[in-house]
Order: sequence, then C-alpha cells, then structure tokens
Amino acid sequence: MQYLVSVIDDGTGLATPTEDAAIDAFNDRLKAEGYWVFAGGLGAPDPATVVDNRGGEPVFTDGPFVESKEYLVGFWIIEAPDLDVVLKLATEGSKACNRKVEVRPFL
Amino acid sequence: MSEVDVRAAIAQVHHEEWARVVAALTKRFGDLDIAEEAAAEAFATAVERWPTDGVPPNPGGWLTTTANHKAIDRIRRENKREDKHKEAQLVHDDTPSEPLGAIEDERLRLIFTCCHPALAMETRMALTLRMVGGLTVPEIARAFLVQETAMGQRITRAKAKIKSARIPYRVPSAEDLPARVSGVLAVLYLVFNEGYLATGPDTDPVRHDLTAEAIRLTRLIRALMPEDGEVAGLLALMLLTEARRTARVSASGELVALDEQDRGAWDAALVAEGHRLVRERLAAAAAGVSPGRYQILAAINAVHTSAREIRDTDWSQVVALYDQLVRLDPSPIVALNRAVAVAELDGPEVALAAVERLDDTLAGYHAYHATRADLLRRLGRSQQSRAAYDKAIELAGNTAETAYLIRRRDQLG
Repeated sequence: MQYLVSVIDDGTGLATPTEDAAIDAFNDRLKAEGYWVFAGGLGAPDPATVVDNRGGEPVFTDGPFVESKEYLVGFWIIEAPDLDVVLKLATEGSKACNRKVEVRPFL
Repeated sequence: MSEVDVRAAIAQVHHEEWARVVAALTKRFGDLDIAEEAAAEAFATAVERWPTDGVPPNPGGWLTTTANHKAIDRIRRENKREDKHKEAQLVHDDTPSEPLGAIEDERLRLIFTCCHPALAMETRMALTLRMVGGLTVPEIARAFLVQETAMGQRITRAKAKIKSARIPYRVPSAEDLPARVSGVLAVLYLVFNEGYLATGPDTDPVRHDLTAEAIRLTRLIRALMPEDGEVAGLLALMLLTEARRTARVSASGELVALDEQDRGAWDAALVAEGHRLVRERLAAAAAGVSPGRYQILAAINAVHTSAREIRDTDWSQVVALYDQLVRLDPSPIVALNRAVAVAELDGPEVALAAVERLDDTLAGYHAYHATRADLLRRLGRSQQSRAAYDKAIELAGNTAETAYLIRRRDQLG
C-alpha cells in the first residue's frame, strides 16, 4: 500500500540547513527500513503553469491552479502496510521538515 | 415462551452479542460495512423467526452463523470476486498482541478501530455507538441532534476511510496502548457527558439512553482490560455520577445543585459499585501506581458520595485531590472546579480571587460565570452577582441548568 505524504508550507519559505539535515536523515531511515518509494521538494508555487486542454485549444495559465496561503512544498511517497505505520512515519517527517504534512492513500 | 419474553430475550441478546457478531464478521470478511449489515440482517431474522421457532440454545452462535450466511450471500449477490474482495480487506494482524491481562477478544480490535485517532472525534463517537453499541443510525442521529441522513453519511464516510486509508483492525502495540486507550476513554466520556448534561433547547436535560450506553461500553472495556487503572477510574466516575442522576433534576425540570440534592434518592447500588472501584484504585496508588485523571475525578466523586449530608463533606480531601489533578492537567476548567471546593474550605473570597484569574480563558464558558455569580452572591455583592448570572444564563445550553440559574438570579435581593 502506498501513501502520499504532502508537505504543506504556510509561508515559512525554504528549508533551513538544520531542516535539510533532518530531512536527509529521515530519508535515509525510510530507505534503510524499506518504506521509501520516492520524494521530492517543490518550493513556492509561483513558477507553476496550469495547462487545460479539455477544449479544442490548449490554454496555458500563469501561476498555480489555486491561490492559497498554504501550498504543497514537497512530498514523500511511502510504502507501508497500514495507516498506523504511515502515521508514525509522517509524525517523524513533520518533525524533520518542521512543517504540517497530509497523509493520503493511493487508490 | 410468550412473545413479550421472546422480545425481551432478543433485546438482551442484542445487548450482549451485537459487538461480538460484528467483530467476528469483520475479522472473517475484513470489511466493517459487510459485518455491520450482515449483523443487522441476522438480528432482523431472529426477530422474525424466534417467536415461532423459539430462542436457540446458543443465541450468539446462531446469530454469528446466520450473519455469516448473510454476508456470503451479499458478497455473491454483488458478484465480488474473491481476489478483488481480498484487495480491499482490512489489515487484520494475527500476531498476538501484548498480554492485556484478559482473554484476547475480537471486540477490542473493533473498539480501537472505531476510536482511531485519524477519525474526527464526533465520527469516533458515532461509529463506536453503531459498531460496538449496536445503536441504529436513527438512534445515534437523535442522540446528537443531527439529521438521520447526515449521520448515515458520517458513518458511511468513516467506514470508507477505514477501508481506503487502511486503518488496521488490531489492538495497538504496547508502546502505543496507553495513548490509544485514553483515546477510547475520551470517546466514552464524551458520550456520557452528552447524556448527562445534554445541550439543546428541545432535549431532555439528562439523556439516560446515552449515559447508560456509555456505562455499558465502559463496563465492556473494563471486562476486556481489567488491569487498566484509568478504565476502572472512568467506570467509577460514570457510576458515581449516574447514581445522582434522578436527584439532579427536580420534578419541574430544574437542575438541583449538589448541596440541595436529596441524598436518599441517590442510587445506593451504583454508589457502592463506584466506591468499590475507587478503593481498588486507592490500593493500587498506595502500592505506587500513580493515578490518572479519571481515577482522581472518581476519587473526588467518591468523597462527595460518602457524605451523608453536604456539611459532612470532607472538603480538604476534595481540594487535595484537585491539587493532584491540577498537577496532571493544569487546564482552566480544572482550576475552576478546584475553586468551587476552595470556597467551602477557605471561603468565597479566596475562591473568587482564584476564579477571576481565569477570566482570560473561560469568559465564554457558562460555568465560569455561574461559579462567579454564586461566589459574588455569597459575598453579598448582589449587583455584580446578577450580571454574572445574566451572562451564565445567556451561555448555558442545558434547559435544566438555565432554569436553575434563572431562579438563583431572581432570588437575589
């Protein structure tokens, strides 16, 4: 079972060196214990481009699809047997990156 | 057996066996929804058949077998392939959990799943009442004053989340157990309190259906985890509170404060049972096990219920217990309740000073203003007392309490 653990930023900005180090240590642990699938950092949503090709012509819109004070700043994809395991990992992940995280199961 | 007897037998079996049937089916089929529906169908079949066929010698076994057949029928009906069904199964962990001092019971898994911290508190309450308590959706909707459809959706959503996010069907590990048990107790205490001080303009001031259900479920957990001190503490607290239920509201529907209650109307059997549990916990505390908040609250209630008259109350003991509670839970509400006891020990002036220090945090809480009003009244400061009563009346949500506050205000000189 895979879960998406989204990291939510509310304007704190980029990770500090201390946070980066804690995230690295947490990532190493995920890999060593077999939970790791993938992870990535995104930064602020300003450079986003929305593409909509549902009509005849593709439409490109500058900026994120939703303007919000809180935005996705990074994520982990974690392989875990059940929600208890992933909640425990997410609790540590939130501590490591010093941000709120949201846990969602993949279908 | 007459039809009335059969109906009483079914009601009793429902109380005793519902959770067991749901738990057994959840284990077998890995799906709460299928378990719940099949259990409900099995009981409906019992209602249909038992009046003519008679109550079977092993009603629980009969119900489980019948529910199993119903579940298999449903799975076939929906043409679910066995492998597809397996995919969606709840994670059922068969490794034996840490010894809990009780026979491992499937119902414990059910309780911990329904009270999982990833579910909203009101969802946990509703789900526990449905899956473990066996209350129907309309009954739960009435209990929480919400529309039946909204309650149905809340429960359906919860079951869907348990399945899709894989909330496991197991007793938590020893490391997580204390936190998870206290989560379960919080759910039961909220159910109890919603019954004991029901809110809403059109509800009865005391909802016995909810207090009774909370006690029944806490008894079940006590039977499953007899070594847990906080479980015993919560049960004692509920029993000692419930014992005063009938004395607590007057014939005219007004709240009767502790000092005006007819102590002869207290339920002596519940008091005795509560006191037995408190004594058990006191013995454990003497042996060095430090008590949690429910045990301390139960001990406070034991002091109150030990006094034949209000003037016999050992207030120094009550204050000492509140001091112990403050160390554990330094919340303003605990401080407010402590001040009520301090008023009896050190006088209203000392208590008022303590209460007014809580103004920042409790200004929106009716009991803060009611306590302040009473202390001001005792100090002869009628005008300020009246203003505080007005504020308390404005904020109170329980009909009996509002009636009581209005009378006290109108008695001011």
